[in-house]
Amino acid sequence: MSIHLSHQQRRILAYSIPVLAVFAALLFGAIMLVLLGANPFEGYSEMFIGAFGSGNALIATILKATPLLFVGTGIVIAFRANVINIGAEGQMVLGGLFATMAALYLPEMPSFIMVPVILIAGLAGGALWGWIPGALKAYYRVNEILSTIMLNIVAVQLMSYLLRGPLIDPAEIERGTRIPQTERLMESADLPLLFGSDRFHIGPVLAVLVAIATYYLLWRTPLGYRLRAVGLSEHAARYAGIPVRRTIALALTMSGALAGLAGAVLVFGSESHRMVTDGSTMGFTGSAGFNGIVAALLGGLHPIWTIPASFLFGGLIVGGQALQRAVQVPSALIVALNGLVVVFVVAADRYRVRLLSTDGRAQEVEDDGKMPLDEEDSALGAVYDAAPMGTDSYGQDESGDDPP
Amino acid sequence: MSEVFTTAVMVAVVASAIRLAVPLLLAALGETFGQRSGVLNLGVDGIMLLGAFSGYYAVLKTDNVWLGLLAGAIVGLVLGLASAVIAVTLKAEQGISGIGVYLFGLGMSDLLFQKLVGTPIPIDQFPGVDIPILSDIPYIGEMFFQHSLVIYLAFLSIPVATFVINRTTFGMKIRAVGEYPDAADTLGVSVAGVRYATEIIGGTLAGIAGAVLAITLGIFQQNLTNGAGFIAIALVYFGAWRPTGIMLGALLFGFVNALVLELKTLEIIPRDLSNLASMAPAIITILALVFVARRFRAPSALTKPFTRGK
Repeated sequence: MSIHLSHQQRRILAYSIPVLAVFAALLFGAIMLVLLGANPFEGYSEMFIGAFGSGNALIATILKATPLLFVGTGIVIAFRANVINIGAEGQMVLGGLFATMAALYLPEMPSFIMVPVILIAGLAGGALWGWIPGALKAYYRVNEILSTIMLNIVAVQLMSYLLRGPLIDPAEIERGTRIPQTERLMESADLPLLFGSDRFHIGPVLAVLVAIATYYLLWRTPLGYRLRAVGLSEHAARYAGIPVRRTIALALTMSGALAGLAGAVLVFGSESHRMVTDGSTMGFTGSAGFNGIVAALLGGLHPIWTIPASFLFGGLIVGGQALQRAVQVPSALIVALNGLVVVFVVAADRYRVRLLSTDGRAQEVEDDGKMPLDEEDSALGAVYDAAPMGTDSYGQDESGDDPP
Repeated sequence: MSEVFTTAVMVAVVASAIRLAVPLLLAALGETFGQRSGVLNLGVDGIMLLGAFSGYYAVLKTDNVWLGLLAGAIVGLVLGLASAVIAVTLKAEQGISGIGVYLFGLGMSDLLFQKLVGTPIPIDQFPGVDIPILSDIPYIGEMFFQHSLVIYLAFLSIPVATFVINRTTFGMKIRAVGEYPDAADTLGVSVAGVRYATEIIGGTLAGIAGAVLAITLGIFQQNLTNGAGFIAIALVYFGAWRPTGIMLGALLFGFVNALVLELKTLEIIPRDLSNLASMAPAIITILALVFVARRFRAPSALTKPFTRGK
C-alpha cells in the first residue's frame, strides 16, 4: 500500500471492500446474463425492485435474512475462536427436525409454552450437530472442515429418511403421493405474527436480539474473552489457564445451536407450517448454512454488523429469484451466482483485514509454539489476528476488548 | 441371506466397486497433489460437476468418449487455475472459498445442461477392454480384467503419482512447499509456482474424474456427483496423503457403495431404510478421520497462505 491513507479513510475503504466484492460478482453475473441472451440492466433492476422495492419485497427480504443472521452470528462465534464451521447446513436440518419432532410428539400446550419449547428443541438439535465435530476436533484432532461436511451428508440422509418414513404426513400415504413432508404442525407452535402481517413473525426480532446478545457475550463476559483468546492464540490461552479444548468444543456447539435455531424458525415461520424436503439439504435450508458464512464475513465477523450484512444478502437472494422470473433464466443461475458471491467476498476479505491493521500491512502473527492441537490449524489464526483491531474501528469503545 | 450372497452377486459387486472407485480415486489423487503442497481445494465437487457436464456434452456432440475425457480435462484445468488464483494469489480462506467454487459448479453445470441439452439423452459409454488370458479366469477375470481402458489407466496412475511425489525433483518441491514453505522459498523454490502447478494438476484430474463418472453412467443430471468430490477430499485424509492409501480408501468406498446399491436392488435393504444406508460412507469417513488424526499428520502448511518474510 504505497498511497498513504488516514486511519479514517482506511476504515471506510475496508468497509466497502466486501460490498465491492459483491458488485464484482454481480458484474460477472451480468456477463452470464448476456451470454444467456437476457438484458442484464433489466435483470438487475428487477432484482433491486424484487428485493427492496415494496413493502412486501422488504418483508420477504427480512424473512430471508433471518436464518442468515442466526447462522452468521453462530459463524462469528466459531470463527472468533478460530474454528471453521462448514456444518451449519446440517445443524439447521437437525434443529428443524428436533423442533418438528417436539411439535409432533408433545401434547398440545398453550402458545407461550409451545413456542419456547420448539425453539429450545431447535437449539438442542443444532447444538448436538455442532458438539460432535467440536469434540472430535478438541479431543481427537479431527479437522472440523471435513467432519462438518460429512455431518451435512449424514443430516440430509437422516432428514430424507424421517420425512419419508416416521414423520411423513399420514395424508400423503393415504393419497399415495408420498411427498416427503410432515403434516401441518400444531398451531400453538406457530411463531407469533407481528404488526398484523400475515407472515412477518417474531423470527427476525429474535435473530437481532441473538446478534446483540452475542456481541455482549463475546466482548463483555469471561466466556467471550476465553473464546476470543483461544482464537487469537491457543498457546497463550493455554498458558493463561484457559481450558482450550473445552472452549473449542463449546464454540462449535454454540455455533451449531444458533444454526439449529435457524432451522426451527424456518419450519415454524414457514407459510405451510410443515417441514418439507426435496431430498437435498438446500431444499430445506436454501443454502443458508453456507450463505450465513458470507453474511458473517460481509459483517466483518462482528455480530452487530452481521445484521445489515444479512439483510443485504437476504435481498440478494430474494432479488435473485425476482431476476430469474423476470428474464426467464433457469434458477440454477442463482446457485451459480451465489457461488461467485462466496468466492469474491472470501477472496476480498484478506484486503479488508489488511486495511484495518494499523500500519496498512496484514499483521500475521504466527504462533511460535507448536502444540499438538496446532497441527491442523487453519489459516484463520493468521488471517484474523488483526481482526480485534478491526472491531475497534467498527465503533466499539476500547474497553470492549479488555478482559472483564 | 445365503442365497443372496451367491458368487455371481459378489463378483458383480466387486466389479462394480472397481468402476465406482475410479472417479473418487482420480479426484482424490489430484487433491493429494494440492494438499501435499499446502493447499486445500474444497471446490473439487464443483469442478467434477462441470467436468462431468463438459464430458457428457462433448460425447453427445461427437460420439467420441476420448474427446469427452479431453473436454473434462480442459474444463478442470481452467477451474484448477482459477482455484489457484483464489487460494494462492488472493490468499482466500480455503475452507470457505472452495464452497463458493462448489456452488458455482453445481449451479453452472445444471444451467448449462438445461440450456444446451434439456432432456437427458443417453450417451456412448467406454468400450470394455478384456485383458487377454487374464480375463478368461473364472470370477477373477470378470472382477478385475473386463473393464474399460480408463479404469486400468486410473489404477496405473497410482504408482506414477507415488513416484512423482517421492522420487522426482518436482515431488520434492511439492513436499517442501507443503511442509516448510519458508525454507523452500529461501532455497529459491517458487512457493506460488509449485502451488499453481499442483492446483492445476488437481483441477485437471477432478475434471477428468467428473467426465469419467458421466461417461461411465452414460448420462448427466443435476448434481450428478452427489457429493463425490467431498468424499474424495476426505479420502485424502483417509489415505494419509499417500496415493496407495488413497487407492485402498477409494476401493473401500467403491465397495460400500456397490454393496449398498446391490442390497437396495435386491431389496435386502427396504426402500424406506435406503437413506439410512446411504449415510454409511459419511459415517465411515468420520470414524476413519479419528483414526488417521491419531496416527498421521497433515502437511504442516496446509491451508496456510504463504507470505514471504513473515
